[in-house]
Amino acid sequence: MPEAVRLTIDGRTVEVEPGTLVIEAARRVGIRIPSFCYYEGLSLAGACRMCLVEVEKAPKLQTACTLVAAPGMVVRTDTPQVAEARRAMVEFLLTNHPLDCPVCDKGGECELQDMAFAYGAAESRYAEAKYHVPERAFSPVVYYDRPRCILCYRCVRVCEEGMGVGALGVINRGGRSEIAPNRGDRLECDECGACIDICPVGALTSGMYRYRTRPWEMQHVGTICAHCSDGCKTTLGVYHNDIIRGNNRDRSGLNGEFLCLKGRYAADFVDHPERLRSPLARRDGRLAPVSWAEALALAAERIRRAVERGGPIGIIGSNHTTNEENYYLQKLARQGLGTRNLDHHRTGDVPALMAALGGRPGGEATLAELYTARAVLVAGSDLAQQHPLLSWQIRADWRHHQAHLYVVTRGPVREDRYALRSLRVSPGEELAGVISLAEELKREPQLVVVFGDAIQGGDVARLVEFGDSLNIPVKYVCLVDYSNSRGAADMGLLPDLGPGYQPLAEPGLSLAEMLAAEDLEVLWVVGANPLKDGRRAPPGAFVLVQDLFLTETAQAADLVLPAASAYEKTGTVTNVCGQVQRLRPAVSRSGVKTDLEIFGLLAHRLGLDLGPATPEAVLSEILATTPGYDLPLDLLAAGVSLQTRPVAGAAASRRGEVRSAGDTLFTSGTLGRYADILSRVEEAPGGLYRG
Amino acid sequence: MLHPEPHPLEVTVLTRRFRLPNSASIEVYLATRGYEAFRKALALTPEQIIEEVKKSNLRGRGGAGFPTGLKWSFVPRGTARPKYVVANADEGEPGTCKDRLLMQYDPHALIEGMLIAGRAVEASAGYIYVRGEYRYLIEILDRAIEEARGRGFLGRNILGSGWDFDLHTHSGAGSYECGEESALLESLEGKRGVPRIRPPFPATAGLFGCPTVLNNVETFCAVPPILLEGGAAFAALGTPRNGGTRLFAISGHVRRPGVYELPMGFNLLRMIEEVAGGVREGRKLKAVIPGGSSCPVLRAEECDLAMDFDSVARAGSMLGSGGVIVMDETTCMVKAAARILRFYAHESCGFCTPCREGTAWLAKVLARLHEGGGRAEDIATVRETARNMLGRTFCPLGDAAAMPALSFVEKFREEFEAHLEGRPCPFEEVAAHA
Repeated sequence: MPEAVRLTIDGRTVEVEPGTLVIEAARRVGIRIPSFCYYEGLSLAGACRMCLVEVEKAPKLQTACTLVAAPGMVVRTDTPQVAEARRAMVEFLLTNHPLDCPVCDKGGECELQDMAFAYGAAESRYAEAKYHVPERAFSPVVYYDRPRCILCYRCVRVCEEGMGVGALGVINRGGRSEIAPNRGDRLECDECGACIDICPVGALTSGMYRYRTRPWEMQHVGTICAHCSDGCKTTLGVYHNDIIRGNNRDRSGLNGEFLCLKGRYAADFVDHPERLRSPLARRDGRLAPVSWAEALALAAERIRRAVERGGPIGIIGSNHTTNEENYYLQKLARQGLGTRNLDHHRTGDVPALMAALGGRPGGEATLAELYTARAVLVAGSDLAQQHPLLSWQIRADWRHHQAHLYVVTRGPVREDRYALRSLRVSPGEELAGVISLAEELKREPQLVVVFGDAIQGGDVARLVEFGDSLNIPVKYVCLVDYSNSRGAADMGLLPDLGPGYQPLAEPGLSLAEMLAAEDLEVLWVVGANPLKDGRRAPPGAFVLVQDLFLTETAQAADLVLPAASAYEKTGTVTNVCGQVQRLRPAVSRSGVKTDLEIFGLLAHRLGLDLGPATPEAVLSEILATTPGYDLPLDLLAAGVSLQTRPVAGAAASRRGEVRSAGDTLFTSGTLGRYADILSRVEEAPGGLYRG
Repeated sequence: MLHPEPHPLEVTVLTRRFRLPNSASIEVYLATRGYEAFRKALALTPEQIIEEVKKSNLRGRGGAGFPTGLKWSFVPRGTARPKYVVANADEGEPGTCKDRLLMQYDPHALIEGMLIAGRAVEASAGYIYVRGEYRYLIEILDRAIEEARGRGFLGRNILGSGWDFDLHTHSGAGSYECGEESALLESLEGKRGVPRIRPPFPATAGLFGCPTVLNNVETFCAVPPILLEGGAAFAALGTPRNGGTRLFAISGHVRRPGVYELPMGFNLLRMIEEVAGGVREGRKLKAVIPGGSSCPVLRAEECDLAMDFDSVARAGSMLGSGGVIVMDETTCMVKAAARILRFYAHESCGFCTPCREGTAWLAKVLARLHEGGGRAEDIATVRETARNMLGRTFCPLGDAAAMPALSFVEKFREEFEAHLEGRPCPFEEVAAHA
């Protein structure tokens, strides 16, 4: 541990580690030095000049954001000279800035407004006409209004450094400087909107949100993104029961300030015109609306008939439903209906990893550890496309900690640019590629291995064996696709494993086997679309589907029950790193029920006593009974993300049973098809994700 | 511009070849002791070269006046990374036109100076960053570099010494800011020409992040004479702590404007009266900007002054780049200030708040003042705006704009007041009849 640096700020002694900036040192003792361009985690700019402070023996004011604390340094932030400088900078920033805060999209959450309030410059001495240029649309979701821009370059830096994209730059010079897309007049980028969130003023605004409401008129509901498995916290802005926006400006949750376009914009599926709002039953060959009472009666009757006759029931669970729903569904299936035929679309071989790790502590990495790891190996995944938060974390690890990155993929990926080694392999050769790096990996002090569905079945055990042979601490992340893919496996939506990967005496049918079965009496599909590739439902089976939309599977159903989305319910979900987080309902939609409600109502009609079907009761049962989930309820309830505890698995998937859907940044399975914003931005001109 | 004969008061050290026929050729250069200093340097250790330059009291000719030998000594010895020598030929300061004559008439002096600097810091390559408007000079420089290569002064194993060093020219694209050393390096690397956070300084992290010696053209051109005649001899030409001669570019209302090489410490009034032939048409001297447009203006009565870095600083201005701008009694100081600020508003790179907004604001207010739209409070606004910029901008460009604004309004307040309340410019009429 290097010796601490002791300095004085406003008469208070501060001790900080060498290399600490004065602006950060001041924060440690509660002294806030104002700044626009300084942004923790990004490169330094020194452009806005808001953070000028007096330093003893320095002939002029110094920027606290670029000044490294030195032993014996005496800093003052409370002198008339400093106050005057701050007032002057606010005045300069306001000379060309429109003073129309009441109609500005950022009004109420604008840092310039706050700064003028704190330090300013209420009256303008500026008599000249303000410099004006018209607003521009950089993309369907990113708008730029130059007159409001204070040129702090946060957007340019977060795009280049945080995202690794570099789609924004500066054109012109002097007072005519502008932020502009680096490729002509349109953005070619991830459309993540990080530039919008990071903009301290109303210069960059969101095409989804702008001018729809005022920040103080919304409720801000922090929940977990409904799309991929990374588990980003998104704060949904809700106005009159509508989701107006998603953002994470408070940098809370395991994603910090990160959100991709799905978490930020793609909540529009909630109100897609094709959203199901009433149960549908097949009458004369066509699906027609029926009441919930009729629908539940019909479902219960068909299930009861099958149970009584001993006809096989097959149940396919979801990658999106909550842990509570998944747990209750498997309990309903196994204890209530006595069926073993339970599975879900497996997108990564988590069971195999659990079996290979055998319950050893510290076998799985958290998202935070992807930022602190000394070395990371990515095998068989284009993280920037499929797991943008993991990509962000690893990139930050490389930028801030010079982490060593190794990449083994079939094609080029963004990580190539900063990887120590990038290997291109043919399909199926991923594990061999990883093993070929043995000599280099052995020299690393520690390693996190992130692997996709290319490594599954017995290969996962071989991967862990290889990791053990390196004689360094190795942690793993088994990539899965969707918001609760991991929870589906953890809760035992598997034919051969119960909750917590506990082996079952006798395995049931897998997803593929259920679809191929000749004698299935009931096929019950919850939030999944197994028939999307043109597959046929088992002939003769009564097909019951719970979903938000009339998917290919729902179209083939005999009964469709409209389900609530993740943004309409409480419960917990588990992300790709096994971190459990809590959902909070943002809106409610009439006509739909949560999957848990549906299970509870059916259980009741079937006369089954499975305990109360409420998220709270089921969560308590999970925490009490499911291996790995003995987590403190109070912390979970408070919104903390908690990694599940190690469990020893008992089986791996068979090769072929695991297949990632291969979504990109602009697709997201069923939800993505009904999130119009994703197609709109993907179709905008730009070649970054073409060919 | 170059007069056919040097003025008798001139001391021609750097300009001694200017009037020789074909002076830019390597033949003429070699015939006039060219590359002798470099041969001498090859026999010296880097420390000995730097010691000689220190002894000469040579200070940076770009404007800041930093001791050259000291600057070179900051470059770390024996690092694994390559090191570079960069010549700042982005001569953009209004009133300054000396470097272009050096490059036009004596390009080999620049090459030799850079070679010696390269040897002193053990660099492997050098770049001459030439302002875009000086395109014709790039041809001259490229030809000279080719000649030097042909004679073995550049390239691999120079003169059998085992040392490799090569030079390249690079064109600017019309930005004053790229004359600021760190913005120049950004531009040279192909990036947007905005300044860098310092420290680190170029001596430790300059071009491509490597240790770099960066000097003005005139500074490099002074190095061969220093090695030839010795640092002490060069120092003796000037005043204490201000060694050698200086190329002064005298412009404005004088009878004989031009570039003159005079010893450091030469009296400013004498410079105007005797060397430049005095104020034109017998008019009275009103004001002088002594070192390029960014320096505070001096009233006529402040001009009895030794022109070296320290004396001009004591008088409240700067020797700067040696661009002496002379203004006679018919000059409207409001108009002059407005014109200077228009330049800085145009040239501000816009990176930092106070310079971007302050220069534009000052330019607009001063223009309005001159055009008769002035309000009484505008005078205070100009002063306060300039003060709010001073010392608070990211790079010296903000100061370069604030200092003239502040000095014009403080020293010629009566002229600003005369423009208020819709009164026409008192000098427009004079000018119309002139």
